[in-house]
Amino acid sequence: MSRSSESSRSRRLWRSPGLGVVFALLVCLPALVPLVVIVGAAISPQAEVWAHLAQYVLPEVVANTVKLVIGVALIGGTLGTSLAWLTAMCEFPGRRFFDWALLLPLAIPAYVLAFVAVGFLDYAGPLQAWLRDIFGTSSWFPRIRSTGGTILVLSLAFYPYVYLMARSAFLTQGRRALEAAQMLGHSRQAAAWRVAIPLARPWIVAGIALIVMETLADFGAVSVFNYNTFTTAIYRAWFGMFSVSAALQLAGVLLLFVLLAFALERRSRTAAHFSSSRDLSREAPRLRLQPLARYSAVCFVALVFVLAFALPILQLLFWVFTRAMSDLDARYLGFVARSVVLSLSAAVVIVAASVLLAYILRRRPTTLTRSVIRVAMIGYAVPGTVLAVGILVPVILLNNFLQEQLRSWFGAAAPALLLQGTLLTVLIAYLARFLAVGFNPIESGLQRVTHSIDEAAAGLGVVGGALLRKVHVPLLRTSLATAATLVFVDVMKEMPITLITRPFGWDTLAVRVFEMTSEGEWERAALPAVAIVLVGLVPAAMLTRRGAHVA
Amino acid sequence: MLSWISMRRAGAILGVLGFAAVVAACSRPPEQLVVYSARNEQLIKPMFDRYTAETGMPVRFVTDDAGPLIERLAAEGANSPADILMTVDAGELWHAADRGLLQPTESSIIDANIPASLRDPQDRWIGLSVRARTIVYSTERVQPEELGDYAALADERWKGKLCLRTSKKVYNQSLVAMLIAEYGEEKTESIVKGWVANLATEPFSNDTLLMEAIAAGQCDVGLVNTYYFGRLLREKPQLPVKLFWADQAANGVHVNVSGAGVTAHAPHRAAARKFLEWLSQPEAQSLFAALNLEYPASPTVPADAAVLAWGDFKQSPMNVAKAGELQSVAVKLMDRAGYR
Repeated sequence: MSRSSESSRSRRLWRSPGLGVVFALLVCLPALVPLVVIVGAAISPQAEVWAHLAQYVLPEVVANTVKLVIGVALIGGTLGTSLAWLTAMCEFPGRRFFDWALLLPLAIPAYVLAFVAVGFLDYAGPLQAWLRDIFGTSSWFPRIRSTGGTILVLSLAFYPYVYLMARSAFLTQGRRALEAAQMLGHSRQAAAWRVAIPLARPWIVAGIALIVMETLADFGAVSVFNYNTFTTAIYRAWFGMFSVSAALQLAGVLLLFVLLAFALERRSRTAAHFSSSRDLSREAPRLRLQPLARYSAVCFVALVFVLAFALPILQLLFWVFTRAMSDLDARYLGFVARSVVLSLSAAVVIVAASVLLAYILRRRPTTLTRSVIRVAMIGYAVPGTVLAVGILVPVILLNNFLQEQLRSWFGAAAPALLLQGTLLTVLIAYLARFLAVGFNPIESGLQRVTHSIDEAAAGLGVVGGALLRKVHVPLLRTSLATAATLVFVDVMKEMPITLITRPFGWDTLAVRVFEMTSEGEWERAALPAVAIVLVGLVPAAMLTRRGAHVA
Repeated sequence: MLSWISMRRAGAILGVLGFAAVVAACSRPPEQLVVYSARNEQLIKPMFDRYTAETGMPVRFVTDDAGPLIERLAAEGANSPADILMTVDAGELWHAADRGLLQPTESSIIDANIPASLRDPQDRWIGLSVRARTIVYSTERVQPEELGDYAALADERWKGKLCLRTSKKVYNQSLVAMLIAEYGEEKTESIVKGWVANLATEPFSNDTLLMEAIAAGQCDVGLVNTYYFGRLLREKPQLPVKLFWADQAANGVHVNVSGAGVTAHAPHRAAARKFLEWLSQPEAQSLFAALNLEYPASPTVPADAAVLAWGDFKQSPMNVAKAGELQSVAVKLMDRAGYR
């Protein structure tokens, strides 16, 4: 097999018209099917349930959801971007530690952080009890179970998505651009605001898009605050009123809003182009901060780390040692192993699919292809249980169909099929849910690889596979690692899909968390939660080491 | 080129893995029981293990919330591997039966062990343990004589002193459903509105936080399932919070069940019935309830010693199926009353 004929064939394949969208549809199929199920249900509305929802439920949940999404996007986005700026662009004491440590909160599931925060900060919690001991009253203490408290805790839980994305942008671009801007006479602040941050915008926006979707889909954390959102309304219609169709219709409305928001965001930056001028051999030095700025930076970074990670993990460890040690047995090896196997396979599958999609979009950026991919991303905004059932039911229907075929061929001797209880189904469902998590970093990263780079390479005779291997992969390394880490840790924490699609006996760490929390035994859930953090930490540490090395 | 080859190889490996998984799943169902359980693993696996040890019958199970399990059962239809659906709430069982997912199981053994009020009138499911939802109060600020039934918590005198768990929890939904069955919708709505007006703080996400709030002085009275009280008491024996048996003069304490039914297309129907019969017998009843400090469904079986210490009480004689039947009415009522 000759290399050149192979690559020219693959190039011809890429260029044939219409094929891009077919490929995109194929890769996105698992993500599109549940959406079709949801939209399909919206066609037969139940008038009576809807009248009730519209009068008593929707006004509150729409207002709450809007407040929550805007709040988390603003605070989480600001935290993530500013922390990434500090660790990627500046020099301050402890930077090397915080560079990777600020990623750790990613491994703490949001509902766990929420439970710890409420337990610690609510009226009956240790902090207010202590305040009452000293001052006699704690009534002036702000209520944690409030809109503000919910926004704050979710921001602390989700900021690492933006941090990771913005960090990758700054590392691959920022300091040289900043140097150039300063040479052109801008002050340092002006250079940051007018050059480096706008240049990192695709990454920051993609990160904020992830946390917006994560916030919309969240059920566990908002439940701890008893904060009613669109998602809690969906669950209420489903589990409280036994109206699956009303639940799916609500989910359909939610999806519509997400699509609309993304379309608006797209429109606002269609004209911009983002590319790289990165030159590894001549990286500019980090910014030296003034003493006052340096101390403020350290305090800020340390505060976020303590609130989002150190305190919660101490509380969890305390629970593990006081209440949950007796649960630790040999079975935990299996839980850890299964969690890692699922997370790793999902990371491989989803990153591969995302790379494929990103290249399809790069080679054939038609409106149709772009729309298909955009729509496939919103699985991340669908509440977990809804998506889990949305993917499971079609798989079961397929299974039933195949079973009928088998019966017609083999009669009574036909083997019993059980597609829904296989790892294949688990992975397909993860793909439906987490495609956005893999795709967003890779698509942003690919924008750094300009077509002129491709042309220059082609001029040197580097095309096809060699172009990917010699030029694209090195340039995309940080993005690929970011995508893989996010998917790995997200799958590690994922509960509803794992629960309903897992094969018999395939209990993971997240499943253990469910077993404990479903009857309110939060302290015992600390053990699997800490295990998730520990196993989730390994890739996080690896990623940032690698990132630091590259930078 | 390298990356394409490795990608192709990864694809091939995935394909083989997927095929192997399908083939593995393709074997004929051996003689075993398959349970879809919304009751969590640590509360149910000891029962399965004991049964397997006694009878040699292996039990496989999946745990999840009842909602997804019921959707799965419905989609699987005649091809479902499940023999038994197990939940922690009568409403879910009623819902599953209502959708035709469970089949009747006639058994004189079950009839003898489990009272009729804790079984489906059409025998499609049975209660296996009783969960009582009653009043808790602060021993420091409340005299038990001040307390009465659920409706009395709507009195002006509890203004700013009542704590409730969220109306999202099915335990509160079935409690309100039972009140609707007793008092009718109109009166129940005014009771629930009274509760909401008396709230000391936003509803809590679970019963334990609620009791801790009473202990800390945020409120004086609340409603909880007794086993949460038992668990908390085990950790904090000095807790200044006590149980009060609600409505003893009239209807009795509201009870719900954790229960199970045989699925409509159970591949091992006879074995499933045998298992339910075994679960209804005294020895299994005692263990099943004790695992979570609940009450055995069988009235002749004594509860755990720690549970007995809270005293005897009169249960509401109403059939727990009512809770399921009226659940969606209750949820809408709570929405109207502003109970979040």
